[in-house]
Amino acid sequence: MRPVQYNTNLKMVDLPEGHTGEGFFATSLNNVIGLARKNSIWPLPFATSCCGIEFMATMAAHYDLARFGSERLGFSPRQCDLLMVMGTISKKMAPILRQVYLQMAEPRWVLAVGACASSGGIFDSYSVLQGIDQVIPVDVYVPGCPPRPEAIIDGIMKIQELVGQESLRRRNSEQYKGLLESYGIQ
Amino acid sequence: MTHEQIIETLEAAFAGQLSDCDTAHGISSITIPAAANLKVLQFLYDSEDMQFRFLTDLTAVHYPNRTNEELCVIYHLHSLYLNKRLRLKLYVPVAAPKVFTASKLFSGANWMERETFDFFGVEFVGHPNLKRILNVDEMDYFPMRKEYPMEDPTRIDKDDEMFGRGGTIC
Amino acid sequence: MSAHIHLDEASIQKQTTTLNLGPTHPATHGVFQNILEMDGERIVSAVPTVGYIHRAFEKIAERRPYYQITPLTDRLNYCSSPINNMGWHITVERLLGIKTPKRVDYLRVIIMELSRIADHLVCNSVIGVDTGALTSFVYVFEFREHIYEIFEAVCGSRLTTNIGRFGGFERNFTQEAFDKINKFLEAFPRGMKEFESLLTRNRIFMERTMGVGGISAERALNYSFTGPNLRAAGVDYDVRVAQPYSSYEDFDFKIPVGTTGDVYDRFLVRNQEIWESLSIIKQALEKIAALEAADPSQKEVFYAPEADKYHLPPKEDVYTKMEALIFHFKMVMGEIEVLPGEIYSAVEGGNGEVGYYLISDGGRTPYRLHFRRPCFIYYQAYPEIIQGSLLSDAVVTMSSLNLIAGELDA
Repeated sequence: MRPVQYNTNLKMVDLPEGHTGEGFFATSLNNVIGLARKNSIWPLPFATSCCGIEFMATMAAHYDLARFGSERLGFSPRQCDLLMVMGTISKKMAPILRQVYLQMAEPRWVLAVGACASSGGIFDSYSVLQGIDQVIPVDVYVPGCPPRPEAIIDGIMKIQELVGQESLRRRNSEQYKGLLESYGIQ
Repeated sequence: MTHEQIIETLEAAFAGQLSDCDTAHGISSITIPAAANLKVLQFLYDSEDMQFRFLTDLTAVHYPNRTNEELCVIYHLHSLYLNKRLRLKLYVPVAAPKVFTASKLFSGANWMERETFDFFGVEFVGHPNLKRILNVDEMDYFPMRKEYPMEDPTRIDKDDEMFGRGGTIC
Repeated sequence: MSAHIHLDEASIQKQTTTLNLGPTHPATHGVFQNILEMDGERIVSAVPTVGYIHRAFEKIAERRPYYQITPLTDRLNYCSSPINNMGWHITVERLLGIKTPKRVDYLRVIIMELSRIADHLVCNSVIGVDTGALTSFVYVFEFREHIYEIFEAVCGSRLTTNIGRFGGFERNFTQEAFDKINKFLEAFPRGMKEFESLLTRNRIFMERTMGVGGISAERALNYSFTGPNLRAAGVDYDVRVAQPYSSYEDFDFKIPVGTTGDVYDRFLVRNQEIWESLSIIKQALEKIAALEAADPSQKEVFYAPEADKYHLPPKEDVYTKMEALIFHFKMVMGEIEVLPGEIYSAVEGGNGEVGYYLISDGGRTPYRLHFRRPCFIYYQAYPEIIQGSLLSDAVVTMSSLNLIAGELDA
């Protein structure tokens, strides 16, 4: 009897992209929805101080932000996707910022514009919150004091990258829920 | 009227109560007793030759080394008629920092006194609404006094050692 | 009002609604909260809350050497930060007894008037936005970009400029800066005429703003108003004329004054001040040219020679020579000689008299620095101004007062 020969040269190949995990339809759907979302972000300008004036210059005709789909600025958190925090947030303002963030519906992104929103800026005093990431989770930080309009547009473009590549299941994932738990947000 | 004449008119009206009269950099400073502030302000307001009817500023300074006179409340007055400025100072102890309010005479003194209360704890007797104005309402100390640091005292990531303020590394 | 239905005063029970015009609101430019008691659409009373952007400037200033306070003063009225910077420099120069040469004064006047134009442009276009007219806002911001380019050519930064040094400027104005100023002077009048043609005689705008938010001159003086708001009420008090600084006495300009102090008057006063500022800038350029024609060495003057030990050395030297580096470091860290003294000095900012009350005890940092902020002082009058008016009028009044949150809360 011939000895059994087992085939030991096995070549493992991954399933083609789209057949594992979420599946083929979901990844294409991801791309399409990401494309649609990233080119039609409705921002909420939470402008408190000097960075707000640079934002006004960004929205004006010279450095037009409407080119990126952000034509419609909303002031109601219920209707907006992107919370742009521009300016110093003091400890008196922090609960209000948190309330505005909580009122936003998923999916929501946060852009911290300027040094004061990112880390307290030059105001290391008793009344200034040293960075809004003490109270809400932040996606993109734009440094500068104030950042040039080109830098703000760069921040928006990075947000657009994040929006375009975000998976549809991210907001329900354990990691995201853990992030919100760490901020005390249910 | 020159600065000297303004000081002389005041000295004539409030004999013996004024001290430390000084004119420097285009403005005269006069120290008045704390209880007389409304009388002096009213006198300056009503006087037809001087007409100090514009309250430019109201603030305070903390001098921890002057015992019994730690808080100095400062009024900057302006006479549009003479185009001259005047500075009035009065000292109150930090244990009982009571000053009569000027908000009946100058409506603009309302928030200026609230700000001075918020930062230094000077209590303005007779003020309609003496509450904190710029800081959070729950704050229980007066931050501009010299004994308090600039940073948030509850911070744990920035300590005195790293910044050469006491600590073990000197 | 029809009189055929007459109800007695207390026969129906009326309740006022409480409306929170909260800190985040599209129409309150800056973070201000007003808790309004409304009787239908009319405002019965208002309780303002401020302090939502309190950054403790005065406490920080007690810990910062003199040069490091200039960036702090930027963030007071950030729409016209060069005026705040130069006000601070003028305060310290007066304390130290430094006299600036004429060319420095005229250059300072140019920069201050440009920033005054920028501030008034924001305020006026925002009054338009609050009445629904968004076009003028977009047209006007193009000229603000030109002003920003001039600031960039002089000091490198657009909005929060940190411009100047004690005694003058950090470097001489380049020819490019002068070219940009000249181009601005040629292009701006056309843009300003366009802006005025959109709003000034616009029937809807006039009906929205006339008779709205007025204040009488006596009440305004009692509330210590200064600046365009006081001038709209009828009092011609301008710090540039009353206590001239930086050679303003050499210039010939008018002070526009209104009558009723309402929103329309403030709009017109600010517009007219923009035209006066343009004329001042032209006069300053002519005077500088005259100085240089009389004495060609004046072209290189950009700071006071007696302020040499307070003037940071030029950057080329700081990066290459050891003494300049040490000198620069020592000055920024506060090893400069400031004798003890006390001074109050004011400049005419975009909103009125910006005062600096400085007490120095001879140390590295001020013992006490207090900013007399015009916005803080005249915002007290807001509940009295809007009492009895409609909600939409209250919104327009707030934007016409030009409240800058950074200056209000400090």
